[in-house]
Amino acid sequence: MNMTINFCGVTFPNPTVLASGILGVVGDSLKNVVINGAGGVTSKSVWLTRHDGHPGPVMMGTQNFYINAVGLPDGGIEKAREELKKYMEWNESQPEEKQVPLIGNIVAGSIKDFAEIAKGMRQIGPDIIEVNISCPNVEDEFGRPFAHCAISAGAATEIVKKNAGKIPVIVKLSPNVGNIGEIAKACEASGAEGLTVANTFGPGMVIDIDTAEPILANKVGGVSGPGIKPLAVKKVWDTASAVKIPIIGMGGVMTGRDVIEFMMAGASLVGIGAGVYYRGVEVFSSVVAEIEEWMVENKVANLQNIVGKALKK
Amino acid sequence: MNDIPRVLKIVEVRMENPMVKTYIFKGNLGAKPGQFVNVWMPRVDEKPFSVAYCDDKEFWLTIAAVGPFTKKLHKDFVKGSKLGVRGPYGNGYTVLKNKHIVLLAGGYGAAPLYFLAHESVKNGCKVEFIVGAKNKDLLLYTEMISKMENVSLHIATDDGSVGMKGYNTLILEKLLAEQNGSSDGHGIAELFVATCGPEVMMKSAMDICEKADVPIEVSIERYMKCGTGVCGNCCVDGLGVPVCKKGPVMRGEMARKISGLAKWHRDNVGLKINW
Repeated sequence: MNMTINFCGVTFPNPTVLASGILGVVGDSLKNVVINGAGGVTSKSVWLTRHDGHPGPVMMGTQNFYINAVGLPDGGIEKAREELKKYMEWNESQPEEKQVPLIGNIVAGSIKDFAEIAKGMRQIGPDIIEVNISCPNVEDEFGRPFAHCAISAGAATEIVKKNAGKIPVIVKLSPNVGNIGEIAKACEASGAEGLTVANTFGPGMVIDIDTAEPILANKVGGVSGPGIKPLAVKKVWDTASAVKIPIIGMGGVMTGRDVIEFMMAGASLVGIGAGVYYRGVEVFSSVVAEIEEWMVENKVANLQNIVGKALKK
Repeated sequence: MNDIPRVLKIVEVRMENPMVKTYIFKGNLGAKPGQFVNVWMPRVDEKPFSVAYCDDKEFWLTIAAVGPFTKKLHKDFVKGSKLGVRGPYGNGYTVLKNKHIVLLAGGYGAAPLYFLAHESVKNGCKVEFIVGAKNKDLLLYTEMISKMENVSLHIATDDGSVGMKGYNTLILEKLLAEQNGSSDGHGIAELFVATCGPEVMMKSAMDICEKADVPIEVSIERYMKCGTGVCGNCCVDGLGVPVCKKGPVMRGEMARKISGLAKWHRDNVGLKINW
């Protein structure tokens, strides 16, 4: 039985990937995620310089949804260098079959800064660079200007690609657009080698009725968790229908069966974020065991073969 | 599963010392000693605070005015004011039965350990409660502790204004040494230490306990945001685990695996700051 996935020429031991923004402040926390079974890990969004994020509350959940407005806090590229290098050194010390790829996520407020942060991340040297053009939590911007416009999304992709050297570049899209396929095509045409579909939905809001106050300090936040899964599966389906490059699908993934569903919609890898809230960091090993069970039951020898199975029918 | 803050009225505010107030809330929080809650001040921020006491009717948060959030709390929030609370979070101390335990509190650490003392005595434990502070005015909870049954209070102050002059860890060392030769049926093999306070103090307590071969639990403080093991801001080096979930209470053997223990912690963006 083979669960390994080849994505942009990089081998992932299983299709589960820690989504950007969950854990990942400290290099050793990525190691802890890998020890708990993840097939890939993504760093938090790295800025060129310190970025403070929002005051609290920054995130909360119920059994149905999770909502966050952390505001991409980060210590800047030098901090990322120290923390990510620490993970990479540990990973390289592991036996080859146990090595787990690192995706370095970058974010910037302008095309010029995207060039600089791409250079910085290239020097650190993760296996893949993921470009965040879609975070709904940065200042008052709702994913604009990059992820909501095909021209801007293409421009951000192109400048990162130009500065990323030989490292594959993937772009994390916003689901909050009319036609995600159009944005996906623009990124593909501009050199993206893969896409992450997608960031959180919304923005959403939770109001406390005793005080009549929105609870998140930022008032609004991106919505994730179990409730968004069908919306996210459709976004993956639409994206996979529009482009040829591979996809990391995500949104409300809790179980192994959810992973299979995203893969059948066209995702090669599947991100887990809010799942860490619902099932703890142990979610990765549980999900992998559930995938294995499904593969045995359904006599699937090679997991990669199910990518896009529902879509191709 | 629900981690949305519940808005509660402050039913009483108690002045503990010039820096510290206790906010009392009604309701059954269901917290264990060593656990914490996130307190939401609408339009301002949300911060974690350890629970100083909890039963099925009320709970206390003992809070020092040290930063913008807590200074605003002291200034603007009175009996009848409302605050959001979510939790309890974290794991809490082990509450033993019929044992001889030593509690070592430094500064504000006396509050959560008061709760542990209360629950331990209920369980038939005999408690040695060591409280340390810079000076007499900053001592916390000592009056209440002195009135508890089966609890012996030991005080140390840096300036000697009350109790022993010097670090409270000296009292711990002395107690462990005495117990080593004692024949009261509670030999050193029966002892258990729980501590809460500055990390440097807790680290010395860990060293003392390791030498004496006595188990110890410490409460690790890190910059926490979500309280649910998701945001990653409170993850410690070495272990890589979020303190809000796998702590804040850790056995000494586990805490020893934190790289930079008693040397650094991290700020709101994860940059290292020396203690």
